[in-house]
Amino acid sequence: MPSRRDFLKTTGGLVLATGGTWLTNHARGADAVLGPAELPEGTFAASLLEALPGKIALIKKSWRPPNYETPVSYFNDAFTRNDAFFVRYHLSNIPEVAAVGWRLKVGGEAVEKPFELGYENLKLDYEQVEIAAVNQCSGNRRGMFVPHVPGVEWGPGAMGNAKWRGVRLKDVLTKAGLKKDALEIVFDGADSGVFPGTPDFVKSIPVWKAMDENTLIAWQMNGDALPHWNGYPARIVVPGWTGTYWMKHLTSISAVSKPFDGFWVKSAYRIPRGKFPLVDRFISQETDANTPITEMVVNSLMTNVANGQQVPAGRTFEVKGVAWDGGYGIARVEVSQDGGQSWRMATLGQDYGRFSFRQWTYAVTPSARGTLSVMARASNRAGATQTFELIANPAGYHHNVVQRIALTVV
Amino acid sequence: MKLVPVVIALALAATAVIAAEQRTALKDGPGRDKVEASCASCHSLDYIVMNSTFMNRQVWDAEVTKMIKAFGAPISETDGKEIAEYLARNYGQP
Repeated sequence: MPSRRDFLKTTGGLVLATGGTWLTNHARGADAVLGPAELPEGTFAASLLEALPGKIALIKKSWRPPNYETPVSYFNDAFTRNDAFFVRYHLSNIPEVAAVGWRLKVGGEAVEKPFELGYENLKLDYEQVEIAAVNQCSGNRRGMFVPHVPGVEWGPGAMGNAKWRGVRLKDVLTKAGLKKDALEIVFDGADSGVFPGTPDFVKSIPVWKAMDENTLIAWQMNGDALPHWNGYPARIVVPGWTGTYWMKHLTSISAVSKPFDGFWVKSAYRIPRGKFPLVDRFISQETDANTPITEMVVNSLMTNVANGQQVPAGRTFEVKGVAWDGGYGIARVEVSQDGGQSWRMATLGQDYGRFSFRQWTYAVTPSARGTLSVMARASNRAGATQTFELIANPAGYHHNVVQRIALTVV
Repeated sequence: MKLVPVVIALALAATAVIAAEQRTALKDGPGRDKVEASCASCHSLDYIVMNSTFMNRQVWDAEVTKMIKAFGAPISETDGKEIAEYLARNYGQP
């Protein structure tokens, strides 16, 4: 069996010639599930399929803190099953929080009436709403950056789509009474670092985003309680924005009148200004050079085909995938069978709302034997489309380079 | 080297739900003991393997400095240099 290095030698030219479009792995047999061939060599050495308690086997990137990626095949469903949903933590002390006795503090200098609530209050005292939304790690596909950048070397599965049920953050903040000078809403969760000097994972969002009717405190996911690894008993859900703001094991919500200056907002999760076609801004945290990451960029993923997969000539088969964006909604997905020279519309599936995965299908009938290259690109209703060239940034965020799969027609 | 299981056990004692962490056998070489003792108190050592082999000495230096300055790892400057040296030599850009 050819080694991964051989594979890179034979296809490396193609990767470069296509301007950074990516190839999932082939000729790696059972290893293919661990991720696309462009991941760093050491990432494959460190990866294995392993199940956390309550989860099915996922791609282990790191044990402590636990970072586990969802294998691509699970994205053949519009909604990602809870036990296959990816796991991402920054800090190693992760208590198992019980719903009984759990208290959520709502306060901060910019509220009139601080108060606390429990799990039953969440369920009973507020209007319950459900929203379908993609939760994607800012660094999803970081491992496919060329050149590589340090961090958790994710393939394409640091994301998932779920129906999140809970209460509007707006309703809870209104009960506390936001003062006029409220600028940001700060979230803390139960996890922490090992040493006192390690910055606790605390995040803030602009008050306008916190008051958006779609921003939730969720206690259910796909009709069940949140799995421990996805934030039980309650987490923040910020539809359209990357997962970094979706605080798990939520313990406090604070309204502040000055820009929050914690490490995870001030120094981490930042992107260069002006490089990405984004609409939402986090103005109180912007500097001349960079800004906190906000909404997700438009993206798509083919979910039922892999590089090197054999398909019979003359027989029609369906390429299947998902597309998503920062909440404008998917306008179209186009597929190319000739290396990007011509594009045709894929058929969009059911619309579960503008924050959800949008499934799509495209019928392909291979005529000639040999290699058939299939590319897919999504565009959203804000006029943004996927890129062909990687938009470089130091932390490896927002990878939405058009995907290319090379099938073998036999 | 012998320190590692002890350090891991201490870190995990504070954690109610844990992953089945396996021991990451790092490459033998000068500085390995320091790497295992220092880095593994906060995170599993698979982070090192996962981030190889594309970082040069300068980038590994920056990573170690970040762990000390930004993340509060109690590592002396001398040990930090030794750690970065080991990482660049064994897990750095070839």
